[in-house]
Amino acid sequence: MDVKLNIKRFDPEVADPQPYWEEFTVTIEDNGTVLDALIKVREDSDGAFSLRCSCRSSICGSCAVRINGHAGLACKTQAATAIKDGVITVEPAGNMPVIKDLVVNFDSFWDKINEIEPYLKPEGPEPEAEYIASNEAMLHLSDVTSCIMCGSCFSDCTVLEVDPTFLGPAALAKAYRFTADPRDGDENGLSIDRLEELNKPTGMWDCTRCMECVTACPKGVAPMERIMALRDQAMEAGFTNTNGARHTEAFSDSVEHSGWLDELRLVPKSVGMTNVSALIGYAPIAIQAITHGKMPPIIHKKLPQSKNVGKIFDKVDGPEERGRRR
Amino acid sequence: MKYAFFPGCVSRGGCPELYPATKLICEKLGIELQEMPAASCTGAGVLQEKNELLGDTLNARTFAMAEALDLPILTICSTCQGVMSQANHRLKNPEYLAKVNGFLAEEGLEYKGNANPKHLLWVLIEDVGLDNLLKLITRPLAGMRMAPFYGCYIVRPTDALEFEDNPGRETALEQIIETIGATVVDFEGKTRCCGFPILTINEKNSMAMVGKHTSEAKDLGADAMITPCPLCHLNLDSFQPKAAAQAGRDIGLPILHMPQAIGLAMGLSPKEMGLQRHIVNTKPLITQLGVGAV
Repeated sequence: MDVKLNIKRFDPEVADPQPYWEEFTVTIEDNGTVLDALIKVREDSDGAFSLRCSCRSSICGSCAVRINGHAGLACKTQAATAIKDGVITVEPAGNMPVIKDLVVNFDSFWDKINEIEPYLKPEGPEPEAEYIASNEAMLHLSDVTSCIMCGSCFSDCTVLEVDPTFLGPAALAKAYRFTADPRDGDENGLSIDRLEELNKPTGMWDCTRCMECVTACPKGVAPMERIMALRDQAMEAGFTNTNGARHTEAFSDSVEHSGWLDELRLVPKSVGMTNVSALIGYAPIAIQAITHGKMPPIIHKKLPQSKNVGKIFDKVDGPEERGRRR
Repeated sequence: MKYAFFPGCVSRGGCPELYPATKLICEKLGIELQEMPAASCTGAGVLQEKNELLGDTLNARTFAMAEALDLPILTICSTCQGVMSQANHRLKNPEYLAKVNGFLAEEGLEYKGNANPKHLLWVLIEDVGLDNLLKLITRPLAGMRMAPFYGCYIVRPTDALEFEDNPGRETALEQIIETIGATVVDFEGKTRCCGFPILTINEKNSMAMVGKHTSEAKDLGADAMITPCPLCHLNLDSFQPKAAAQAGRDIGLPILHMPQAIGLAMGLSPKEMGLQRHIVNTKPLITQLGVGAV
């Protein structure tokens, strides 16, 4: 099968280096992968074309690139299914500086992984024999431990795109791998120090829940879902003094008691009712909303039968139920 | 054609122009909307971060109400769509469904698993048909350059949103833009995040996202942006002046709810579509359309 590739290239060794697009057509097996096509480019068309790859079996995590605008492993993507309008577009992974062609500098990725201290930190007294973890607890971690550090999630993270200080999906998912491990933290498996760190700005609350990382991950780690679980762990551990935690609580409270969202009160409750400077900061937006007839209703009416919604909250998320889950 | 209508919280709150605009175009389309006044908020992904089972139970309650009416669900919010699709995807597991139904029994409700919540965007393509929509376009938005902005929850994750069985969903908004006679301005940000979920958590990042996407579309020559998500609209429109100030540049890109753009092309007036309620000035756009003042 002939495959046309449009590849974003970059050569740092020329004067005034700029990225540029170059088209190649190569012949691969009908069931070949995008990686097969890229290797063919290097073998047949341009020996200086640079890419990282090793195992060709989605194990090593070397060949993450953007294919048609979205990150993924070139070796795990069938070329035939990736052809859009007759061509496969390949770019280097995003959110990392390009070294040459499809090779990017992973330093910031690894710095963030190191920042969360990616090793078990038991705090209680040492057991007499080995640390014991239940099968159930380890099975729960099996998805998140499948991470092969390919950087696909990091590449497509919409927050990292605007804020390189964000810890990012890979490091936060890795952090969850420890906070959810019964051997980490105190004798009850509570990793309070980690949660305190992750609760700070640039941590768990900065995720937008956009799901790009869930879509990009080739191994089913679903980093965003781990970040949501971190938030739940942090709130359960008592870290409730953040706009994020207050937002979740105010949102939940509104739905529980009226059946729907009280938008007007959500913002002040999220930033904190005593946070005068933040509230003043929102005043121009509020005035603008009033003058344009966009202000949510001042009296927030309950939905009919909203008591039944409250009952569901009690049954599924009441104190008894939350205690049992812990 | 009749649907159980799920308007979502924001079309009755921070974006009050969306609800009446939807009603007016549905009337023209011959779509009857049966309200479900007791249906609760979907949880918008926020409740789900606290307790997924809780969110799924609330959505199953809504699905059961629609089943009782024997009607498919129609929504006008990308976020509601995504959250309902994800809940419905998980509820395909019979054991999980039984557990959730256990919580609904007291209210006399049972979800049988047959709901198929659909955003108006998909209804137009899959149920109404673009040919039929085209017949109602009396004032094509010719010459208008429109940038699509989907909202995360109507494009990801593709399995719960059943993209494989419904391949038209991937380019649905572009198809609508073309049907109403406008020109698509394709840009990288169209499926990215508007930043709304972190507005009160990290406003700087949220505004950076608004600034990035609206500037990119504007610089590619867009006259307006069109979105099926009222949450995106809130951030991209209401907060665009703030985002522009942070970016240190002018943007001034009107953001239209999808039903508004369709309504204008159906000959409805800018006032009927609620364009006077937008924060970014829509007057230049209305002048360009040549349809008179707001």
